[in-house]
Amino acid sequence: MSSEWPLWEIFIRGQHGLNHRHVGSLHAPDAEMAIRNARDVYTRRNEGVSIWVVKANDITASSPSEKGPLFDPSNSKVYRHPTFFDIPDEVGHM
Amino acid sequence: MYAQMVKSEGSKSREEMTPEELAFQDRIDRGEKIEPKEWMPEGYRKTLIRQIGQHAHSEIVGQLPEGNWITRAPTLERKAILLAKVQDEAGHGLYLYCAAETLGVSRDELLEKLHSGNMKYSSIFNYPTLTWADMGAVGWLVDGAAIMNQVPLQRTSYGPYSRAMIRICKEESFHQRQGYDIMMKMCAGTPEQKAMAQDALNRFWYPSLMMFGPSDKDSVHSAQSMAWKIKMNTNDELRQKFVDQTVPQAEYLGLTIPDPDLKWNEEKGGYDFSEPDWSEFFAVIAGNGPCNAERLGARVKAWEDGAWFRDGLMAHAAKAEDRARAARLAAE
Repeated sequence: MSSEWPLWEIFIRGQHGLNHRHVGSLHAPDAEMAIRNARDVYTRRNEGVSIWVVKANDITASSPSEKGPLFDPSNSKVYRHPTFFDIPDEVGHM
Repeated sequence: MYAQMVKSEGSKSREEMTPEELAFQDRIDRGEKIEPKEWMPEGYRKTLIRQIGQHAHSEIVGQLPEGNWITRAPTLERKAILLAKVQDEAGHGLYLYCAAETLGVSRDELLEKLHSGNMKYSSIFNYPTLTWADMGAVGWLVDGAAIMNQVPLQRTSYGPYSRAMIRICKEESFHQRQGYDIMMKMCAGTPEQKAMAQDALNRFWYPSLMMFGPSDKDSVHSAQSMAWKIKMNTNDELRQKFVDQTVPQAEYLGLTIPDPDLKWNEEKGGYDFSEPDWSEFFAVIAGNGPCNAERLGARVKAWEDGAWFRDGLMAHAAKAEDRARAARLAAE
């Protein structure tokens, strides 16, 4: 039989209440084993308080060739950044 | 330099490059990271698979010489520390295999190539670990040499490799320190213990220098890898840095580097030292080191003996999924 264990992408939430963050991947036969393995591979030094595992095959990613069409439109919208607007000093902190 | 003599493709001048290759090289020159699925020259992909794969294999095979001493560590604390260190090596191997897999090679293919001898691992792990002092020498010298190479590789151009190196470097300095700590303890012990430490240094010094690969004048694969930023420094640069860093550490221990020609060179601001015996290096790489057969044999045996277990877990996972599906259908 010998089929390779599927690949899982691992997401970990660190100590400080931030989002789960992608840390890498590993092979495991099922989700439960993926979490156990992720504990050993990615949190040997207290790196996390919560683990998500997702089958790599279940992730849909944007394609590198779409990078331009997807992200370029935001380049011209500089007014989305607060620094676009000059507020006089007299107004104080805003 | 858990990767040695990684075969690279020939270097191309800008005139010889296609427009795609030019744009790719420009991205690398600007310091951009290359990510999986982005366009890359076939040679870049192949060289990286070889290098990252070799690096991963070295981490995994590197567990064996130290695993040898886990059951015989002198104290429970030393045993726990060594166990943690060897577990880290397994983790480092896994980070690197995952990075290699993003280039379109499967884990099983990489392992098959290791087991069949088509991919190498670092020459250093083909030397035996004869005494407890060797655990000190391995951590101090072998991990020290590895760090020398891995720190610059954090800036390598391939994103997943760079991220794996950043994780590894964070963990690696524990390895070197625990080795040096063993050496300090041995050197402060009885004359017999200190002699063991000196003996370990004598046996591991030249094999450690070999870890950086052949001299630059004989290193045929460097130019293209350096242009692609998958090799950041030449072999000789790193070797020199390693010697300059290690000699004072040996002096502190009261140990003698086994090189009568070792001498401070004021002009170059570094030590002059003897080259290792390169014929020995090439023999070890070709499979004729003291432990090649034993190391590879242990890996192949572990893989084959574990096959029923890997298959069993897959069968269990498939059945559990079928049962869950059937239960869902029944509920609908």
